[in-house]
Amino acid sequence: MSLFLDALQWLAEPTHWSGANGIGTRLGEHVFITLLVVVVAAVIALPVGIAVGHTGRGRTLVVGVLGAARAVPTLGLLTLLGLWLGIGLKAPVIALIILAIPSLLAGAYAGVESANRTVVDAARAVGMSEGQLIRRVELALGAPVIIGGVRAAVLQVIATATLAAYTADVGLGRYLFAGLKTRDYAQMLAGAILVAVLAVLAEILLAMWQRRARRKASPAARERQDSELSGNGSQV
Amino acid sequence: MRKMIRTGIIGLAAMFALAGCGSGDPLDSGESSATGKGEPIVIGSQDYYSSEIISEVYAQALEAEGYSVDRQFRIGQREVYVPELESGDIDLFPEYTGPLLQYWEPDTEARLSDDVYESLKKAAPDGLRVLEQSPATDQDSYTVTKEFAERWGVETIDDLAKVTEPMTMGANSEAEERPNGPKGLKETYGVDVGFTPIEDSGGPLTVKALNDGSIQLAIIYTADPTIAQNKLVSIKDTEGLFLASHVVPLASDNVDQGAEDVINKVSAAMQPEDLLNMNRRSVADQLPASEIAREWLRKADLG
Amino acid sequence: MNWLSHSWPWIFELTARHLALSVPAIVLSVLIAVPLGRLAYRHPRAGGALLSAATLLYAIPALPLLIIIPALFGFSLRSPATIIVALTLYGIALMVRTAADAFNAVPAEVRQAAMAIGHSPRQTFWKVELPLAIPVLISGMRVVVVSTVGLVTIGALVGIASLGTLFTDGFQRGITASVLTGLIATVILALVLDGLVLLLGRIATPWASQHVAIKAQDTTREVSA
Repeated sequence: MSLFLDALQWLAEPTHWSGANGIGTRLGEHVFITLLVVVVAAVIALPVGIAVGHTGRGRTLVVGVLGAARAVPTLGLLTLLGLWLGIGLKAPVIALIILAIPSLLAGAYAGVESANRTVVDAARAVGMSEGQLIRRVELALGAPVIIGGVRAAVLQVIATATLAAYTADVGLGRYLFAGLKTRDYAQMLAGAILVAVLAVLAEILLAMWQRRARRKASPAARERQDSELSGNGSQV
Repeated sequence: MRKMIRTGIIGLAAMFALAGCGSGDPLDSGESSATGKGEPIVIGSQDYYSSEIISEVYAQALEAEGYSVDRQFRIGQREVYVPELESGDIDLFPEYTGPLLQYWEPDTEARLSDDVYESLKKAAPDGLRVLEQSPATDQDSYTVTKEFAERWGVETIDDLAKVTEPMTMGANSEAEERPNGPKGLKETYGVDVGFTPIEDSGGPLTVKALNDGSIQLAIIYTADPTIAQNKLVSIKDTEGLFLASHVVPLASDNVDQGAEDVINKVSAAMQPEDLLNMNRRSVADQLPASEIAREWLRKADLG
Repeated sequence: MNWLSHSWPWIFELTARHLALSVPAIVLSVLIAVPLGRLAYRHPRAGGALLSAATLLYAIPALPLLIIIPALFGFSLRSPATIIVALTLYGIALMVRTAADAFNAVPAEVRQAAMAIGHSPRQTFWKVELPLAIPVLISGMRVVVVSTVGLVTIGALVGIASLGTLFTDGFQRGITASVLTGLIATVILALVLDGLVLLLGRIATPWASQHVAIKAQDTTREVSA
């Protein structure tokens, strides 16, 4: 496929790596945005999710709201916020945070809920306080599922952060839009390849983390094929 | 019982699929067969609301004369739709003389209306032709805030050399490489500016960025009502960086003489103020293109 | 609200186009993903590779995919086939894993019991495995529905008309009402289709205590799907 080769050629071109529009800069911006978004979304979503999972209250409400939130197309949110907040990082970051929250929240409450009830009861019987219970038991046992939520969120954000370039001069999405508008499809494809590579790297790292958490949570359990790659969600 | 349910589900799914596929027709790109009054003429427009209004005007005028029209609006930029015109997937496209000439001949020396039009007629590839150009213009212009213009005494583009602080230009991505962007500015006027892409064709985000000071210079089209609305200033192009830019329909060989006459009549009737007014109806009064077009055609006694 | 009062016909037309693009993609995704998921479950080694490929596919941003597909298949960029293929690919990527999990979740004893009664493997699949897998498949399908309806809007960036056009048009003209309407309409459309799928699930599993079965699956599936 000659288009693919053109894209690889574009990536190999040394001038494309340096400068404000260089691959290095754009990659850095993209990673920065992803980290910022996921951390802020986690700070908002994880406590709420843990609370819901632990107390069992508000679950129906949360599931309902999340269902609706997942249905919001990020492009729409982005243009709306762009109209209110102008060019620059604010609009895309807020839109992406809203994108990331559902997966993180769902992961949090599902993780906490998945902790074996018998173990939880036993811990209470032994005299643990609620706080200790959450930290030492529910989070430890639920960690694999929670990390699964993080994986899903990170994947979505990496892929969707390309839209940030619609209203801001930032990220790998710039290659997509510039390439699209000038019909420089090699550039566009090159940008896509970079995003995909970034996503794969993130997946590998998070999968390793998840595997470690799973081993800690249930060292005796056999690893199941299907639980290797859990974690996914809507892209937009 | 279970079998019934299973069949039911498959039936529902099939129904959905059929229902979905059924209404797929309007989206098919037009056929490249010759058009008479029987075959629909495929009219396209740029991904720019003003272009959509002009396309709608031509569409309604043709329909009033009995032609059937297939509207394919908001296609995108020149790099995307010109090939479709050449291949016959689109029959008619309202264009702008200056930028279109520069697309086909980036090094052209023509600047004034008639020169540009004559060169354009010659530059059009086989199978395509430009019809009569309209008096209506929609020109690229470099725009600054009133405050900026007054502070630095900027009235013409050469005056930009007086500005001592670093300047950034905001415009659609494609301007970065085009002759009317920072490269052209440097070549023709020797002025250096940075560039930040804003994908709204001189729309609200561009205006906001100008007012916020995130950019100092923007490319906003002369027929855009927001220039007056926001008290912005278009600075004069004394060295002829920008070509004259009149509305001109680009047609493939599928457009017959009858249709051409209708279109030329409409083009001749459109004045620059008309275009400005129609744009205002769209942006300030928020009316849809179809209504604005109908309104103008009625007033001009053509629809 | 001047914009709104003048634009109803257009909003309806865009909604119809949006549906015309989403529904075939959703149906195709499910029809392709379910057999693939079953394959993945039956042959774990090949299945692992398949699921990895699915994850990778999901990481490709939508815009470039919309450009690659015409280059690969030869249809024009703006033809509905292009975006439907793209949406289907994403839908498959989302659904394959869920499908594999769904078949995995059918207890081995039930399958063995079916065979003990004398069912052929084929009969076992259609009469036992598939019906039992339905609750999980439905929850996966719901995710595909919501994701697909949202993704259609990206097409507006390349001239494919849908509710997403309300975003790009509103953006250019500075009409907030347009963008808001597009957002609300898309969400409503997604929720309506989601509800329909849920209903479908209930019709298809009259034997289960639906609330418990589907709700319980919601927990695990929301995270892993």
